[in-house]
Amino acid sequence: MTLYTRRMWTNRFNLLMSLFATAFGLFWLAWILWTLFNAGLAAVWSEVFTQMTPPPGSSGGLLNAITGSLIMAGGATLVGTPIGVLAGVYLAEFGRRGWLAPTTRFINDILLSAPSIVIGLFVYEAYVFRVKHFSALAGIFALALIVIPVVIRTTENMLRLVPDSLREAAAALGAPHWKIIMLVTLRAARAGVLTGILLAVARISGETAPLLFTALNNQFWSTDLNAPMANLPVVIFQFAMSPYEDWQRLAWAGALLITLSVLALNIFARVIFRNRTTSY
Amino acid sequence: MKVTSRAEVGAAEPAEARAKEKIKIEVRNLDFFYGKFHALKNVNLTIPERRITAFIGPSGCGKSTLLRTFNRMYALYPSQEATGEIVVDGADILSPRQDLNRLRAKIGMVFQKPTPFPMSIYDNIAFGVRLYDRLPTRDMDERVEWALRKAALWDEVKDKLTQSGMSLSGGQQQRLCIARGIAVKPEVLLLDEPCSALDPISTARIEELISELKSDYTIVMVTHNMQQAARVSDYTAYMYLGEVIEVDVTDHIFITPKKKQTEDYITGRFG
Repeated sequence: MTLYTRRMWTNRFNLLMSLFATAFGLFWLAWILWTLFNAGLAAVWSEVFTQMTPPPGSSGGLLNAITGSLIMAGGATLVGTPIGVLAGVYLAEFGRRGWLAPTTRFINDILLSAPSIVIGLFVYEAYVFRVKHFSALAGIFALALIVIPVVIRTTENMLRLVPDSLREAAAALGAPHWKIIMLVTLRAARAGVLTGILLAVARISGETAPLLFTALNNQFWSTDLNAPMANLPVVIFQFAMSPYEDWQRLAWAGALLITLSVLALNIFARVIFRNRTTSY
Repeated sequence: MKVTSRAEVGAAEPAEARAKEKIKIEVRNLDFFYGKFHALKNVNLTIPERRITAFIGPSGCGKSTLLRTFNRMYALYPSQEATGEIVVDGADILSPRQDLNRLRAKIGMVFQKPTPFPMSIYDNIAFGVRLYDRLPTRDMDERVEWALRKAALWDEVKDKLTQSGMSLSGGQQQRLCIARGIAVKPEVLLLDEPCSALDPISTARIEELISELKSDYTIVMVTHNMQQAARVSDYTAYMYLGEVIEVDVTDHIFITPKKKQTEDYITGRFG
């Protein structure tokens, strides 16, 4: 066999293995989605969006859990985004000298990879235990602690991608540092920063452990931030483990709902990122 | 190489010609350090007002470094430091009391690569103006048009002022950057190899533009291209290894250089 044919066969073999690996990964993903759709669509969808979580044996929906999830994910994003973006700006624009920035970056990396149950326990210990009751506020706090490191990391990375020549060009016109950051570098990096925020939202919308220790759950309609609040992940956890078939069906519906919204967020994030980068 | 005698300075003796010029920038005993690296060594130089001065020399000789001291661009980076004096209109700009933003509003700069801001063509121009002037909309429109006309870009972009500045071609982007630089009405324009990323046609347009701007601005440009220095500039400084070897009227530098080193570089025996 000549060298050339041997290489050709090696190439074919490796290509085949790569294709097989891809197919293997996709197979499980497709199976998960198939199961979710199959089981999730069995729920009565008109009730899912209009009724509260029911006691076993009666009909009901997920309205209170959906609302609770939206409130807490929204609240955590509102709290976490400004902190994360500001810290990211500090690290990227001012953190070129001194010890504070490298230390912050190191601690942020630890926070980024901390298991979410640890964050749940921390908020339980620091807040819930002291006020002696579970609350949506504690849930928002815990979720914000997950949002912050993600947003810090993406904001810093995206700002670092902005070439120094752009900062120099703005400085050369006599622009003060804060204006360079607000009007030029953050604007140049906005698609990336926005993508980071959306990915953080996607990440917290399925988190169960931190909410289990903080917001817990609520069978009834409640928008009181100082009281326990229903939310999709904990409802799924509870209903899926139960022996009641109608509860299990609702758990599947909730799982499908979360998956679809995370999917939508990811696609949305990709679309805005792609649109911006091609025009950049 | 085409040699034309320039009306103002061509025939006179270099020393006389230079003595007649009004000095805009005077560099005295300037040393520059990148950390421990001594990049400029005891540079002494004068830049005449409303003339084009070019810096030439091999890569790494300190041309851009010298240019970047005139608006203290190096101050953005903590490890870079300049000592000595650079006197602009009677004041030493290296003094710690110098307000950097005001200095940079007065001494504009155009870079090697076009750097349009991520905003519309109109806002690219208006950005710098808004920093120091609060103009009514109509005056701002006029200023934007004026700057774009000066930079010979108006006809190409007048119908798409709201489009992103990044949608333009490389040559147009560079002219946009020049327009942005003159829109704030600086007194000095620093050009750091403004044509090195451009094709010959765009280069010719920008060289033409630079010659026209000379009547209003003091222009200092760094160029890798000796023909460009010969075509465009009134004065030329030859630099080597952080030192200014020779400064003179451009024609003298290119036809009768006084130093052997300059002659070797000009004739291509070195560099």
